Amino acid sequence: MIRTPLRPLARILRARERGENPDDIEAENRRRRHEQIQDRARRRAEGRLIVMAGCFMLAFGTVAVRMGTLASSAAAEPRAQVLSSQIISQRADITDRRGRVLATNLLTHSVYAHPHQMVDPIGTAQGLAEIFPDLDVQRLTRDFTGNRKFMWIKRKISPEQMQAVHDLGEPGLLFGPREMRIYPNADLASHILGGSGFGSEGVNSAEVIGVAGVEKAFDAWLRDPGNEGAPLALSIDLTLQQAMEDVLASGMNVMNAKGATGILMEVETGEILAMASLPDFDPNDRPRPLLTGEPSDSPLFNRAVQGQYELGSTFKIFPVAQALDLGLVNPASGINAAAPMRIGRFLINDFHNYGKELSVTDVIVKSSNVGTVRIAQLIGPERQKDFLEKLGLFVPTSIEMVEAPTGQPLVPTRWPAVTAATVSFGHGLAASPLHLAAAYATIANGGKRVTPTLVHGRQRPEGEQVLSPRAAAMAVDMLRQVVTRGTARQAEVPGYEVAGKTGSADKPRAAGGYYENKIIATFASVFPASDPKYVLITMLDEPSTTINGTAVRTAGHTVAPVAAEMVRRIGPLLGLEPITDEILPTITARFEPRVEPDEEAAVRLVANQ
Amino acid sequence: MRSLTCLACVLMLMGLAFWAYRENYATQAAIGEMSQVQRQIAGLREELGVLRAEWAFLNRPDRLRQLVDLNFDRLELGPVESGQFLDLDHIDYPKPPPPSADMVTDLLPETDPAEEPQP
Repeated sequence: MIRTPLRPLARILRARERGENPDDIEAENRRRRHEQIQDRARRRAEGRLIVMAGCFMLAFGTVAVRMGTLASSAAAEPRAQVLSSQIISQRADITDRRGRVLATNLLTHSVYAHPHQMVDPIGTAQGLAEIFPDLDVQRLTRDFTGNRKFMWIKRKISPEQMQAVHDLGEPGLLFGPREMRIYPNADLASHILGGSGFGSEGVNSAEVIGVAGVEKAFDAWLRDPGNEGAPLALSIDLTLQQAMEDVLASGMNVMNAKGATGILMEVETGEILAMASLPDFDPNDRPRPLLTGEPSDSPLFNRAVQGQYELGSTFKIFPVAQALDLGLVNPASGINAAAPMRIGRFLINDFHNYGKELSVTDVIVKSSNVGTVRIAQLIGPERQKDFLEKLGLFVPTSIEMVEAPTGQPLVPTRWPAVTAATVSFGHGLAASPLHLAAAYATIANGGKRVTPTLVHGRQRPEGEQVLSPRAAAMAVDMLRQVVTRGTARQAEVPGYEVAGKTGSADKPRAAGGYYENKIIATFASVFPASDPKYVLITMLDEPSTTINGTAVRTAGHTVAPVAAEMVRRIGPLLGLEPITDEILPTITARFEPRVEPDEEAAVRLVANQ
Repeated sequence: MRSLTCLACVLMLMGLAFWAYRENYATQAAIGEMSQVQRQIAGLREELGVLRAEWAFLNRPDRLRQLVDLNFDRLELGPVESGQFLDLDHIDYPKPPPPSADMVTDLLPETDPAEEPQP
């Protein structure tokens, strides 16, 4: 910028020549210069003001926008996330298919001691021993007078006990809240539920974790707060479960059995309606596992899922159904059933000698080992093995219990002719009763593979077709004849068309070979035969009964009557209409009956919603 | 005019400040109330849990069986049997007694009073 001098010489000289005052020029220039300075200063100040105003606008604009969004958005509780976890109890309930509680939580307290804060340690020890008879006075006194700073006294106490401890008035005794798992039905469905215990434990809370059964299998799901406290609905029906356990217990008693198992399964869905294994236990007070001896002696052992049994003649229907499917035989084809039969160096015998020839139906009805082996030989070991594998008899069941993998069937590694023969009548391959239930359900389901489940209403892909519906129907028809005129006549229940097959298998010794007079008696049944809906497996461990002074152990006389009693009890509970020939008079209504709309019982609504 | 605008602005600012102050306290009170309600919900849920557990415990099949056995003289309850299933048209219902006048009005509350019921 060119700075204009205040007294430019040319203008001054000119002004002097004209006789003007040269000072005017200087004043004029000085004024101009000041104007310029002023202009610059104003512009700067204005700029600053604009920046300031912008800042304010921005700040207040932010506040306004924030207020606007707060006002227009939906109201949300700012602390909901923190508190909601406390509202919903930390472990979801387990209910049966109709919403009746099988396992729930109860808030109790634990009591612990700070011995260094105690006023009267000896008196406290005596007082505690009076309230809890299982505590030892000497030990408590020693602990309280020693130099321990902290000790647990009881993990779970009832409100009455808490009040009694409170009344001791000892400042060194403190309470911590505890969520406790309770099973109101005690030993009902105990093997399915399993049990629970405390995980990591603090003064203010303790983790409840499942230790077995469904509780452990669904541990993560039950503890997931994302489910918002929704209960786990099992496929079990409490009433049916009770009926089953009742009948099994009395059957076990009458037949002098060591153990018993029952499984009731819905054919179409594979849902298990009732599953019991006796002896059982109370999950509220789960016994300790046995460290020595056979695991099956412990009440914790679930025969239905963990048991690996050679299930005997109940397996005979599999080769027969397969042969029918392959078109190798038809129900009336004659089979050479002359016993004994020799395979290599082994002899295969029958309970009775059934003569030279039996029809395929009679092989099943009379339960001929030889006949079944002949049919299995027609099929050939490869196809036989393949079919059993498709029925799921080679892998553990996919049931939702932690014990499922321990029920891995004992499958022979090699498959020579003699193994193929013995497996055809249920020896040499040990599977759990649940495997048998699934395989029978597959036959009853028109040959569509059924996999067992314990969860109600689970969406699952439809099973693979392993058997033609025609062969499956013929197999069910044969099973029906076993009950009407065969080995399971005692299992007949009027109205329910029970179809089934008995199986009496010798118990294997731990050291090898078989016991002389210990058997596993199984009855695998399907009912009603005309439209199979349910599969019922009943099994007694080492049953024996006396008929006319002689000891009888075969399944037809031991487990079949128990199964019949079970169907008699369970059939009406399932709402199955009995199928009878009796024709009842139809009475024309004398008035239009007012039918109440089908409503859930009000009592149940109150209890469970 | 200028000072009037200024005064109005100041008054408005004070008004807004007061509103914000009140709103702040109202929010805090609402949060307090909410946490109290949530505590109450937690307490009620806990009670509900206890009641459900008690209901399940009192209705356990074992106990019901015992009660049924105890009261067999009066109730004569037994397990359901297959013979107890019948279709409705096999049952000979007795004709109900002719409804009395006040019962009719009870049963047919929506009928127009002008419309006489069939005799």
